[in-house]
Amino acid sequence: MTAELVRGQNHPLPDSRLEIRVSAGHPVVACATCSDERGAVREEWVAHPGATGLPGVEVPERAERSPRFAVDLDAVPAEVHQVNVLLALPVGTGGPDRFGVTAAPFVAVMAKDGSELASFTITGLDTETALVAVELYRRQGAWKVRAVGQGYAGGLAQLLADQGMAQADRTAAAIQETAAPRALRAEPARLHTAADAAGAASGPDQPSPADAALTGGLTAPQPSGGDTTPAQTPTPDAPQMPGGPINYAHPRRQSAPPPPAPAAQPGEPGRPPAPVAGDASGWSMEERLYNQVWGMFEDLARAVAAYRSAVEFAENRMDKELDSVLSDPRSRIGSTGDAARAAARAKCEQLTDQARQVLDRDLAQLTAESEVVEPALPPAFARWDNPCWHAYRVPMEIPMALRLGDLHLPESPELRIPCLVRLPLERGLWVDSGRSSSDAAMAMDEAQLRRLAVDSAVALAARLLAVYPPGEFTVHAIDPAGSAAASLAPLVDSGALAGPPAAGAQGVSAVLAKLTERVDLVTMAVRGGAADSLPPGLDTGEQLLIVNDFPHGFDDRAVTQLRYLADEGPAVGVHLMMVADREDATAYGPVLDPLWRSLLRVTPVPDDHLADPWVRHAWTYEPLTVPEGSDVLRQVLTRVTEARRSWNR
Amino acid sequence: MTVNMTKGQAISLQKSDGGTLTAVRMGLGWQAAPRRGLFGSRTREVDLDASAVLFADKQPVDVVFFRHLVSDDGSVKHTGDNLVGGAGSGGDDEAILVDLQRVPVHIDQIVFTVNSFTGQTFQEVQNAFCRIVDETNGQELARYTLDGGGQYTAQIMAKVHRAGAGWQMTALGNPANGRTFQDLMPAILPHL
Repeated sequence: MTAELVRGQNHPLPDSRLEIRVSAGHPVVACATCSDERGAVREEWVAHPGATGLPGVEVPERAERSPRFAVDLDAVPAEVHQVNVLLALPVGTGGPDRFGVTAAPFVAVMAKDGSELASFTITGLDTETALVAVELYRRQGAWKVRAVGQGYAGGLAQLLADQGMAQADRTAAAIQETAAPRALRAEPARLHTAADAAGAASGPDQPSPADAALTGGLTAPQPSGGDTTPAQTPTPDAPQMPGGPINYAHPRRQSAPPPPAPAAQPGEPGRPPAPVAGDASGWSMEERLYNQVWGMFEDLARAVAAYRSAVEFAENRMDKELDSVLSDPRSRIGSTGDAARAAARAKCEQLTDQARQVLDRDLAQLTAESEVVEPALPPAFARWDNPCWHAYRVPMEIPMALRLGDLHLPESPELRIPCLVRLPLERGLWVDSGRSSSDAAMAMDEAQLRRLAVDSAVALAARLLAVYPPGEFTVHAIDPAGSAAASLAPLVDSGALAGPPAAGAQGVSAVLAKLTERVDLVTMAVRGGAADSLPPGLDTGEQLLIVNDFPHGFDDRAVTQLRYLADEGPAVGVHLMMVADREDATAYGPVLDPLWRSLLRVTPVPDDHLADPWVRHAWTYEPLTVPEGSDVLRQVLTRVTEARRSWNR
Repeated sequence: MTVNMTKGQAISLQKSDGGTLTAVRMGLGWQAAPRRGLFGSRTREVDLDASAVLFADKQPVDVVFFRHLVSDDGSVKHTGDNLVGGAGSGGDDEAILVDLQRVPVHIDQIVFTVNSFTGQTFQEVQNAFCRIVDETNGQELARYTLDGGGQYTAQIMAKVHRAGAGWQMTALGNPANGRTFQDLMPAILPHL
């Protein structure tokens, strides 16, 4: 377990024997000082290449690219309160003259068995030529490590002086002398001290390549001179006193603003701008597309709500007017009544036409947007016929969301909105194989519908497998009577299933017992905050259980376990996908209603049962189908299993 | 140029260059009045609420207020409930945005009201105003000051209604009493 430290952060040290490894990209002089409770360094408490005799601390004998320190904290003198690990650039070797131009030094604190305890990347350096990398200190009888990263433009001399050494200049010169590589020692002796460092400090203050690399190459290199110092470089004026600005930014976490979203070009005056994919807010293209899809969903819901309310109003008004014509005795004679009726109808028609025009305008805009957004979608958001599925590669990260199907309204059957659900799933899925719910389902015979339902479930499971990194998603299947063997074949043949589909009552109870135990253990570990006490063989990746033909093969105990999985599973990454007809389970009465309600119901045929969160229209859900004759499902599953094998998972 | 409106005055929301407005904002700002008494510096929190009622042919069709922040058609949006008012900053404390182009065709009037949810009368509220701003360029089109606040807890501030192809705004400034817009319905209807 490695802790990646940021400046100022500390970490407990369980071991007293440590190795500290530094990698700096250039040879650096490594030394260590010890200080007492008051922070003062005694003359004899310096370990450097010329004096390696400090008890408990061993330093390398010369400047090295990756020096190592061996520390035995039990062996350091009892008065020592703190061990400082120092790095300095060798002077007069022709190497870099400031840390700003070298790679950011990396410090790792290892236990004696070689495991890494803590690491620290020292970033944000500029004209410093010496620095305190980390300090090991006593705290209530135990040792801790603190990431310091305090640099000194005045070199070792200034650093040591700051630590309270009386002869700092002389010691620093001695250290530099002994540490310089032998070949270069023949050079005329120079007094490498404050004068050099002062020269370095007053040198041209340029942003270093290392800085540019740190910000991900987003900042253009700036011209030197003047006051163009980038804001993130600490001001390098003379001594950087401890307690100066501390950079709390995590060295590897992205904090730079994302590239701006592609903005729509302003269209001709009086016309809406042409839509662009990704024209929404977000840190990544994926997030932008996700937000754009939700924006389209909301806009369509509201545009249709406006149309419906206008039409409803027009009709109500016409009914009222017709009623009043009917109840007016004068209109019973002659043509006044007919004229009034015709006028009322015309009024209604006019308003309806107006409303339709506005709706058509909105739909045209949304259709144009959908046409540019659909091709830009990543696999997790895309239909199966999207070319991105042919160029599919196993991802390294979980996507934000997964497309389960398409949504549309009767006013605009052509305009499909992706039905996206956030990942990881918050609730299980229920693929309804019942015939009673919709006309499309009634039109099919029962066997055909069941087959379609299992096909949809397999396609959804394949989608989930494909969008998770290798080995982080496992699919189990229960098929008690073996009736779905043909549909499950793509999963079984490619080896994407965790095991063969469980058959018979024994198979059902074995799979359920295993998953129940998994949920129980992980729930306990999460609640108890003891994630590391889980048994070693336990797979903590997400799990999906496909249950076909419920409740055949289920006894009461199995039903109870299933309900437990539905309730407790999603929180710890175990999800259900039921392929079932609710009618089959009527014998259980209302006790299973909560189970059905807790699952997100999808259908193998188009069915209007999903409501939007804004105006509660009934949206028609349509599952995603693999194009006729396409082999994309098998190809994708093959790639998933290949990746899993090559990752040994 | 800001027009300070008086009661009953109507202005057209046509732009001076002949183009029509596409989006307007009704802003409501107020400041809690200090209460005199033993603890003179203590102010009582005043919660004013802005609401917009959408009418079609004198029938209320939809309403936008703090419990229904966006009209079903998405054209009228409330920026959210402010419970305490401004600390004298003079900005909008609550705002209702109207996208006039997207208002459904049957809606012909939108009435803006303000209510004192906490029950204080306008005597206890300072610097209350209602203004209409052109959202596209931030220009203030009209401002109606809630001055001379009397023993009332509500005010029907203004209405925006269709006139020809465009929209017009009429300042109403009619005092009333009520906690939410529902209580104001009888007072609104005569103004339609």
